[in-house]
Amino acid sequence: MSEAPLLEVEGLDVLYRGRGGEHRAVRDVSFTLGRERLGIVGESGSGKSTTGRALLGLIPPPAIVTARQLKFQGQDLTQLSPRAWQALRGRRMSMVMQDPRYSLNPVLTIGRQIMETYRLHHRAGAAEAKRRALEMLEAVRIRDPETVFAQYPHQLSGGMGQRAMIAMMLVGEPDLLVADEPTSALDVTVQNDVLRILDDLVTRRGMGLIFISHNLTVVSSFCDRVLVMYGGRVVEQCDAKALHEARHPYTRALIAAAPDLQRPRAELAVVHRDPAWLA
Amino acid sequence: MSDLAPGAIFDAAPRSRGEARIRDIRRALRPLMRNRLAVFGLVIVALLAAMAIFAPWLTFGVSPIAQDLSQRLQPPSGAHWFGADELGRDIYARTVYGARVTLAIVALVSVIVAPVGLAIGCSAGYGGGIVDSVLMRITDIFLAFPKLVLALAFAAALGPGIENAVIAIALTSWPPYARLARAETVTIARSDFIAAAILQGASTSRILFRHIAPLCFSSVMVRLTLDMAGIILTAAGLGFLGLGAQPPTAEWGAMVAAGRDAIFDQWWVSTIPGLAIFVVSLGFNLIGDGLRDVFDPRSS
Repeated sequence: MSEAPLLEVEGLDVLYRGRGGEHRAVRDVSFTLGRERLGIVGESGSGKSTTGRALLGLIPPPAIVTARQLKFQGQDLTQLSPRAWQALRGRRMSMVMQDPRYSLNPVLTIGRQIMETYRLHHRAGAAEAKRRALEMLEAVRIRDPETVFAQYPHQLSGGMGQRAMIAMMLVGEPDLLVADEPTSALDVTVQNDVLRILDDLVTRRGMGLIFISHNLTVVSSFCDRVLVMYGGRVVEQCDAKALHEARHPYTRALIAAAPDLQRPRAELAVVHRDPAWLA
Repeated sequence: MSDLAPGAIFDAAPRSRGEARIRDIRRALRPLMRNRLAVFGLVIVALLAAMAIFAPWLTFGVSPIAQDLSQRLQPPSGAHWFGADELGRDIYARTVYGARVTLAIVALVSVIVAPVGLAIGCSAGYGGGIVDSVLMRITDIFLAFPKLVLALAFAAALGPGIENAVIAIALTSWPPYARLARAETVTIARSDFIAAAILQGASTSRILFRHIAPLCFSSVMVRLTLDMAGIILTAAGLGFLGLGAQPPTAEWGAMVAAGRDAIFDQWWVSTIPGLAIFVVSLGFNLIGDGLRDVFDPRSS
């Protein structure tokens, strides 16, 4: 943690310009990330995913991304050429997306998709890439890697698909992984498996992880630090363990709105919005 | 098992991956096979292919270009099943050999048109912005002319001959494919797995050719089968006007043209190759319609 941070973000803005006026999806977001697990929470439309995508340069052209500073391992991301981006993505930073049903190419086998990433960044023959892909599939605890290797995405269950996705994104051994609600398309029992695998791989490889979620419980138990976003800005930054001591009224409201099995209620608390939060 | 209805879902589980795959293919073909007209079209096209391949045997060694002026304009008989033309050539032999020319043109045009349309459409759809506008306006310009007229102009400019006819037809038939591929690409390009491929560090050309083009291919294929009848008619039209295959090659359009002067006295010279064109384009149209019904989920 004491060495130079992996990622420095200062004053990140994402602006969509449409016919109906402007929409600032992300406003003045700043944070630094070391080799740790950072959670970003917030309700739908609060700019969590957009922030994650902006870090990887994945926001398509009509939108305007600006930042006072956006540095990854000392490299200025705002000045990167498309070619430099290609070398960076997959090899040094990567992202696990929400729903494996949409994030895996339906007409390529799992094996080919994993091998593709590996061979894009490493000078390796087909045999070597296949060996690595099988290793990766085993690392994400897929029981029969050989079979899954030859299967198409539609032949896998959601949990298996998401594990294959994680394998695909980690095979290049990146230093930073953005996980954008990696478990929200999965059912609860599978969620835990996938989270444990992700946690295991991230800690073992000493990667930086940005974990985007709207599940407060998961974030507080899984991450080191938490950013709370509302309306495109960061309203609170705190230690994950200290999340229940959070001070900002929005964070307090979010925590209050989460259902608790120990104390079941007929009606959940509703977040009462204060326009002052956006000021 | 035997007392269950045939084809019931209780079929024994496939024993191997290969068997499962064969069953998948069978299941996919079933709706097509149930369509009698499509099967009829398939039979016609299969016969055409057989005719092209086995032409020398089917004509018992009679050459399609051997002239015998003593047999000039003979009516159909035991010696000449479909009669003889103005140079005493056997029309049956010429019709059978004509299948080769027709199939060759259709195949060559398809091989050129599908990749060109895919490449232009995918680039336009994925590139967006200026790339999209420029490529699509060029496509619009080509679409603005009637197909046959434009093909005639190209064939006339390039000079008559089969190769030039193929080029002319290909030049006029790629725009609909580019449109189709563009429309598909625009929807695919927004999907998450393309974002995932970008994330893995894939270059633009890699995404276009490895990830997007294969997905556009199936709709382009269906469109191509629907277009084949049109290609045959255009080829015959060019041949009829003397811009396609040159004599003495046996080509149906040119054969129809050759019989023009004698059409009232020796009807068979024009009618037989005309019938061949009609039957074959009917066959391709029926297959195309059948395929469209299978692939179009809205018409069930």
